[in-house]
Amino acid sequence: MGHDTAEWVFVAIVIAVLCYVGVDSWIVQKEVEAVPADAEVIKVTGQQWFWSFEHADGTKEISTLHLKKDHAYLFEIYSKDVMHSFNIPDWVVFEDAVPGHTNHAWFAPNEVGTYPIQCREYCGLLHYNMRGSLVVEDDKS
Amino acid sequence: MVLELQKPRPVWQIMFSTHHTDVGYLYLVFGIVFLFMGGVLAMIIRTHLFFPGQGVLVSDSATFNRIFTVHGLTMLFLFALPVANGIGNILVPIMVRYKDMAYPKLNAIAFWMNPVGAALLWLGFADTTWVSYAPYSIIRAPGPAADMFIFGMKILGISSILSSINFVVTIVKCKHPDLPLRRVPLFAWSMLTVSLMTIVAMPTYAAALIMMLTDRLGLSGFFNPFAGGDPIAYLHLFWFTFHPEVYIFLLPAIGMMYEIIPRFSRKPLYSQASGVFAFVMLGIIGFASWGHHMYSTGMDFTTKVVFMIGTLAAVPASGMHVFNFLATMWGGRIRFAAPMKFAVGGIALFFSAGAGGVLNSAMPLDFISHGTYWVVGHMHLFLIGTIGFGFVAMIYYMFPYITGRMYNEKLASAHFVLMFWGTVQTFFTQHLLGLEGMPRRVYDYPTEFTSWTQLNQISTIGAWMIGASFAIFLASLIYYSAKGKEANMDDPWGIGGKYYYPVEAKNPHGGHSGY
Ligand code: HEM
Ligand SMILES: [Cu+2]
Ligand SMILES: [Cu+2]
Repeated sequence: MGHDTAEWVFVAIVIAVLCYVGVDSWIVQKEVEAVPADAEVIKVTGQQWFWSFEHADGTKEISTLHLKKDHAYLFEIYSKDVMHSFNIPDWVVFEDAVPGHTNHAWFAPNEVGTYPIQCREYCGLLHYNMRGSLVVEDDKS
Repeated sequence: MVLELQKPRPVWQIMFSTHHTDVGYLYLVFGIVFLFMGGVLAMIIRTHLFFPGQGVLVSDSATFNRIFTVHGLTMLFLFALPVANGIGNILVPIMVRYKDMAYPKLNAIAFWMNPVGAALLWLGFADTTWVSYAPYSIIRAPGPAADMFIFGMKILGISSILSSINFVVTIVKCKHPDLPLRRVPLFAWSMLTVSLMTIVAMPTYAAALIMMLTDRLGLSGFFNPFAGGDPIAYLHLFWFTFHPEVYIFLLPAIGMMYEIIPRFSRKPLYSQASGVFAFVMLGIIGFASWGHHMYSTGMDFTTKVVFMIGTLAAVPASGMHVFNFLATMWGGRIRFAAPMKFAVGGIALFFSAGAGGVLNSAMPLDFISHGTYWVVGHMHLFLIGTIGFGFVAMIYYMFPYITGRMYNEKLASAHFVLMFWGTVQTFFTQHLLGLEGMPRRVYDYPTEFTSWTQLNQISTIGAWMIGASFAIFLASLIYYSAKGKEANMDDPWGIGGKYYYPVEAKNPHGGHSGY
């Protein structure tokens, strides 16, 4: 292969890989962001250094969140002070809590269990300990 | 042949000198000193995290937060930038065949702003993290540390703008008339590119710092949501400067590899034009991707896509460097002396870091990696794996020219093996930790996830290896600059070919003997 051809081939391969990554991300992200219409809204508020939750019916919880299996939930995420980031790693729920903004993330847990909730944006002194748990229960109703 | 450092000169003569090699040495020594200060902080962080729940070495999170903040600031602004500037100062005028930097006094002033900025950062010891996101940095970060951080960064920012102006003028205006710009050696091209990038990028951050200061004083509320402002605005201003800035940290190291690879492959560079093109292209496209740090801030879909495309578009330029290096080495008679080992190791880590970066830029994957140890692993593969390796390679390379003596090749090999292995072990493991969901910037972590504990311990052991490798480095730099065998200055590694180098620089104070 000629001197320059090799380099062009190399660059073309790199660009092809990047196009694949880009297009695939576009497709997946589009899917991830399509919130089901029947998702139940849960208000999530981050503040130094704990999470609090408000269900659609007005019940409030602190640090531990109880949800039902096989329901879709839409989190409305707020912050009362500095930036935080609401994260349930096992369900890839992740979005920043930014004071003055309302952010969204949704998921539909399909397995019963207890999962850690944490903060993934530095928020000061006890950032490391801004943890909670998600309890997914069978829907008995 | 008698060289500058071999002729005893009073230290103050170097300190008050404006000659480019002297200012270069000052930068180098400054950067290496802070490499070790930042390194000590890193060892404290990693050792602490080896023992979850026990508060080893640091027993409160307030101190821990300050330590990782100052570690990051030190490594980026007091090690990476000064070392690049130091080597740039020594080599760029020689490469463009000019007697000095264009503005020698400005050059010295720019250097001397660094100790002032460093003092502010270290005496303040802020806890804002190096990104110092609003509104934490405004409404909660304790003063005076946070204010000293603002002034420290301000001073370092101005210093880097001044030295960038100097590099641009030196290269573009002062180069020898017979030397066309496209033939200027690639290391000088890397300095030209990053200097232009600094001039475009840095003022934005400088403005953001002032706004942060007035916000902290309660005079304004630009980024303070409780005074009508918007923290997201700060993130945009910050990353508009600092995504390009990551390439400003990176490119000089790539430029150094361009010096070393052809020489130790005993072959001409595969393509000068492709190197120049890749630098310039990255310098431009690097400005189109800052939003990839902000996918999860509530950015809408279209904006995310635009920044993803901007990020991916910058990748081929990095790929072209890798190709250029490999094609240069291909079929060469390679001498794996220390500079070459570190350069090649750096290229391997550069490649893996870039692959990880591409995964970060894919939006859905970033929601897994952002804010976790994955990002810590990613950036360190660049910061240590590429920049650290490039700098170390260059320091070994320049060692005989600066000191007239040879370092010890066996110790350098030990340094290389420990550092390479340590880097892989520490930072690949951190990628896994990130996938397991461990957040970054944490003082402690729960022990019920056993994989977190184990992965952290593996990572820490790697970090100790890096620490040990740098202890070897420091000891041998000091010992062999005084006691090493005299180097054959025409060809220290016995590989033939022609070098430029500190030897050729005429120093008015050093009474240089020339050839
Ligand atoms: C192929 C080139 C690169 C790509 C595609 C890339 C991509 C990314 C992306 C998407 C992020 C955001 C990750 C997140 O926080 O979620 C990131 C973070 C980061 N990158 Fe890179 N990057 C590249 C090169 C570099 C280089 C050369 C450096 C440094 C010399 C660097 C240093 C960093 C740092 C320091 C962060 C984290 C900043 C922070 O939040 O503290 N990256 N990179
Ligand atoms: Cu937090
Ligand atoms: Cu970036």
